[in-house]
Amino acid sequence: MTYEVPVAPGESAELEETADLATEVWPMWEVFVRARRGISHVHIGSLHAADAEAALQNARDVYTRRGEGASLWVVRSSEINAFEPDDISDYVDANEKPYRLATTYEIPDEVGHM
Amino acid sequence: MTLEERFDVILAAEDKIEPADWMPDDYRKTLIRQIAQHAHSEIIGMQPEGNWISRAPTLHRKAILMAKVQDEAGHGLYLYSAAETLGVDRDQMQTLLHQGKHKYSSIFNYPTLSWADMGTIGWLVDGAAITNQVMLTRCSYGPYARAMVRICKEESFHQRQGYESLIRLCSGSPEQKAMAQDALNRWWWPSLMMFGPHDTDSTHTEQSMEWKIKRVSNDDLRQQFVDMTVPQADYLGLVVPDRDLRWNEERGHYDFGEIDWEEFWAVVKGNGPMNRDRIEHKVRAWDEGAWVREAALAHAAKKEGAIT
Repeated sequence: MTYEVPVAPGESAELEETADLATEVWPMWEVFVRARRGISHVHIGSLHAADAEAALQNARDVYTRRGEGASLWVVRSSEINAFEPDDISDYVDANEKPYRLATTYEIPDEVGHM
Repeated sequence: MTLEERFDVILAAEDKIEPADWMPDDYRKTLIRQIAQHAHSEIIGMQPEGNWISRAPTLHRKAILMAKVQDEAGHGLYLYSAAETLGVDRDQMQTLLHQGKHKYSSIFNYPTLSWADMGTIGWLVDGAAITNQVMLTRCSYGPYARAMVRICKEESFHQRQGYESLIRLCSGSPEQKAMAQDALNRWWWPSLMMFGPHDTDSTHTEQSMEWKIKRVSNDDLRQQFVDMTVPQADYLGLVVPDRDLRWNEERGHYDFGEIDWEEFWAVVKGNGPMNRDRIEHKVRAWDEGAWVREAALAHAAKKEGAIT
């Protein structure tokens, strides 16, 4: 099946529609799940909830219905601080500083595994 | 390198575009439109099956159906969450759906008339959805592709439980088998319509393929689905309602008949058997839930006040 939106003959193929919203909406939360003991929490998605307690309950229902989680974190999306992609990708060009990489050092075979 | 060149390099390298990246405005709009329609399909898709929860023949089947409908709600939420990374608000998408400005998959505008429809929907409708969604796991937009990976895992349960339920019906009484055949007769063509218009009539396909949002064309996916499904119908001992259906040795594919495109466009435009009911029901549920949403906000504000 396709989730592309079919445009019927005579219909507008305009891509964007907007609607005015009158009411206050539930804030957004980012969800982090530790799939099992021994590994870190990983970002899995986001959801809306009125407060942290409801966000946790919603996250449990939405993201761990088949036992995918040993631990859950929720953080208000507005509390996340981030670099722009370029601010981090331009920081180090690995080709420019090869001496930082272990594989650039040649160790003779007779020394064995190092 | 310009922003647009950077975008093209990421696409060419089969890397993913992520939310904070620069992207062409139409790439963003196309994704919002598609992911919203996909999310709405999951949410509206709860209605035809919800219709049978209270009438499931056994407690086991009832539990399965409830789990499946709950999954559809979850899929809708993963997808709204993916769309929101593109700068659109979930409530905005909901409102556009309620106003009829956003669409959802036409398949959910057909009624579920018998218990056999539950098995048939799992087998055919979820089967068609998997065919498309497996392709979408390779979509160029990261959050959409990741949502698809989760969804595909769960859809597999949907399809298998449906087919297994049909195996039971088809090995039951003649009446039960006839009920399964009737369901296949009604759902076969709408399922093929799920893949959309012919490639030659598909407005956005070319651009979507270029942007790697879509990786396989409508007609190719439809063929893939027919080839996969016909042997499954044979196993059930059911007859696919298409006189032109036959194996083509030369092509290595099944040939099949032409879809009734008049019906296809009528349902897309809002004139299917259930279009009005589905939206009316959705809007009613939304309006009746307004007090819960408001109360939760008031409760949160009150608790916050108590702490500080």
